[in-house]
Amino acid sequence: MAYKNYILVCGGTGCESSKANDIFENLKKEVTAANLDADVQVVKTGCFGFCEQGPIVKILPDDAFYVQVKPEDASRIVSEHIIKGRPVAELLYDAGKDKGRVRLKDVPFYQKQYRIVLRNCGVIDPRNIDEYIARDGYAALEKVLFSMKPDDVIDELKKAGLRGRGGAGFPTWQKWLFSQKVQSDVKYIICNADEGDPGAYMDRSVLEGDPHSVIEAMMIAGRTVGAAQGYIYIRAEYPLAISNLEKAIDDAREYGLIGKDILGSGFDFDIEIRLGAGAFVCGEETALMASIEGQRGMPRPRPPFPSVKGLWGKPTVINNVETLANIAVIILKGGEWYGSIGTATSKGTKVFALTGKISNSGLIEVPMGTTLREIIFDIGGGIRNGKKFKSAQTGGPSGGMITEEYLDTPIDYENLQVLGSIMGSGGLIVTDEDDCMVDVAKFYLGFTVDESCGKCSPCRIGGRQMYDLLEKITKGSGEESYVEQLERIGHAMKRASLCGLGQSAPNPVVSTLKYFREEYLEHINEKKCRSGKCKDLLKFTILPDKCIGCTLCARVCPVNAITGEKRQPHLINQELCIKCGECYTSCKFSAITRS
Amino acid sequence: MPNATETCACAQETDEQKYERIAEIIEGYGAQKTNLIQILHMAQGIFGYLSLELQQFIADKLRLPLSEVYGVVTFYSYFSTTPRGKYTIGVCLGTACYVRGGKKIIDRLKEILNIGPGETTPDQKFSLEVMRCIGACGLAPAITVNGKVHKQVNADKLKTLIANL
Ligand SMILES: Cc1cc2nc3c(=O)[nH]c(=O)nc-3n(C[C@H](O)[C@H](O)[C@H](O)COP(=O)(O)O)c2cc1C
Ligand code: SF4
Repeated sequence: MAYKNYILVCGGTGCESSKANDIFENLKKEVTAANLDADVQVVKTGCFGFCEQGPIVKILPDDAFYVQVKPEDASRIVSEHIIKGRPVAELLYDAGKDKGRVRLKDVPFYQKQYRIVLRNCGVIDPRNIDEYIARDGYAALEKVLFSMKPDDVIDELKKAGLRGRGGAGFPTWQKWLFSQKVQSDVKYIICNADEGDPGAYMDRSVLEGDPHSVIEAMMIAGRTVGAAQGYIYIRAEYPLAISNLEKAIDDAREYGLIGKDILGSGFDFDIEIRLGAGAFVCGEETALMASIEGQRGMPRPRPPFPSVKGLWGKPTVINNVETLANIAVIILKGGEWYGSIGTATSKGTKVFALTGKISNSGLIEVPMGTTLREIIFDIGGGIRNGKKFKSAQTGGPSGGMITEEYLDTPIDYENLQVLGSIMGSGGLIVTDEDDCMVDVAKFYLGFTVDESCGKCSPCRIGGRQMYDLLEKITKGSGEESYVEQLERIGHAMKRASLCGLGQSAPNPVVSTLKYFREEYLEHINEKKCRSGKCKDLLKFTILPDKCIGCTLCARVCPVNAITGEKRQPHLINQELCIKCGECYTSCKFSAITRS
Repeated sequence: MPNATETCACAQETDEQKYERIAEIIEGYGAQKTNLIQILHMAQGIFGYLSLELQQFIADKLRLPLSEVYGVVTFYSYFSTTPRGKYTIGVCLGTACYVRGGKKIIDRLKEILNIGPGETTPDQKFSLEVMRCIGACGLAPAITVNGKVHKQVNADKLKTLIANL
């Protein structure tokens, strides 16, 4: 049945947190009240990606794009737009001065994007298997089951040039081939949905918005390598994704798409969900498998690689969520088509979680080879509050910084590595002039030190030592020799750690030392933090000639460190001051300096 | 397989009934030790935390030494061995939230609640947690209250939020 209008409400975690559910319910009520149930369908979809502007409501076929919608707007949307055909101008996205309020296709955020992985996110109801099927869902599985041999599938992936999106960028076809070649009665497929990188949520959105695409790909992998059991290892912190996945698996089972003798092909495949429990290192493939086996998630040396000896000692293909979300499209449209997108070494698209000091935070998908400048300034709308760009960080705690001068580098696996960063899983965090690079490096290292499993000493001890050095530098007791010590320990960790966590943990420090060495030296020699983030190096003073004695600062100071008579210049007691900066931000007369 | 996200449905249950329910869950998993983590998830969902007694109970049922169960419980930060408050406030300190002021939110909450991360107020009403990226980066800085995400919080929003709990 075709409807005249479709109202799509974003039901991703982002929009949920701002009452998307109420908006959805209200819209349904309004549609029913207007007797339009036969003409209008209200659908709750996965994430649209433009999280900064949420909650978002889209109306098809008119292509209207409503942002920051409130539950009470439901009646306007139905009575004005649906019934009278007049879009609610006030709610349309405002693209700025010269463009004004625009329709979906003119929203700059989407113009340079190319959606393969996110093809269904924000388009279909993820909890309705029929909608997935209507958009060629499970057609790739059918093709693989009935008209392709396992070798054909691997060939197609080879032509496509798909590389793992979980961080390392290993060619997917090779991984599958290794596993296929091993003789074994039992093999496994694992979907890595642990997404531990702090500052990334691509995988969450795919699982929330299009869970069947991952399930279908796991089955294709199973058929290709000869596995009958799959596991999805997902973070417990993602309740909506878990719930949508559970529903998807149940529905697929009901449709005979999971289970025994799938579609009469004789192929059996089943999928189970396993919850993570808050350990970053469990994203590492061998640790993840230990965790599925019910143990502490500690990595083990490789080789043997999982493709040969993985879960319970059996050959195991382990792929990231985003990697898998590409598979069905490649099977249907062909490896050649996919291989035509991107750069020489990196094919297809990449999803990034664009966050930090950027105007348009959100989830974006661009062809490989897009430049950071396009991502940050065209799609992301530039830096918030007119501040100056400082760096873009990719690869999370395993990655590094990219500075202004390299913004025009086309993004692919190799280019990022040359710059001292990595593609990583897709976190892209933008910092501005207010961010201290030493502090950011310390933040990442603090994360890896916390998350180190402690199995090997280079990571366990080296990480702690490096952190202590950074701590001293940011507290004003650093010495110049620390810089070299940091580099030396970092080098040792890189070479001697057992797993990727320890090997890459020094990267943020090494990279900031490379591009922002002068900031480190400033902290050490001048005891100065130019961005004002390192509190111990700050001093707040009141300028007597500017202070009019309004008493505001004395009132906001949480520790009563400011004294003074009304209409007389005030004074900060430096002994008491905890350097919170409340006075500095509240003074209306610019009478307080920070140095 | 039992539903993986099942949590406590009724607060009126006695401890005995809770233990019974956990025993059933363990049975449902065929008392296999490879399901230890799933079982711990559900046990924590039912009791709110994993006391040593509860860990011993699970260890016995799975025929594992307590040390192994304890080892797993303490390895994963999601598991708690102390009772939680009625409301667990989780402050995200993932990178996006960090650069958009997550640390200030923590400081403010410490002031308001008078407890540090990992602690619970004496009246058992609030627990404070630091979280490592909840994947709500587009909404930074974000916090969760009993799992529900609240976006773009600031000092004012915090006060009203807590006053309304
Ligand atoms: C410390 C650490 C954390 C990792 N976290 C993840 C993760 O959260 N998600 C993921 O897909 N891969 C993660 N990986 C990479 C996996 O080990 C593995 O390479 C990946 O899942 C393979 O899938 P792919 O080939 O599809 O990329 C991590 C690696 C390390 C060393
Ligand atoms: S490098 Fe770190 S996380 Fe990896 S095994 Fe060694 S201690 Fe554990």
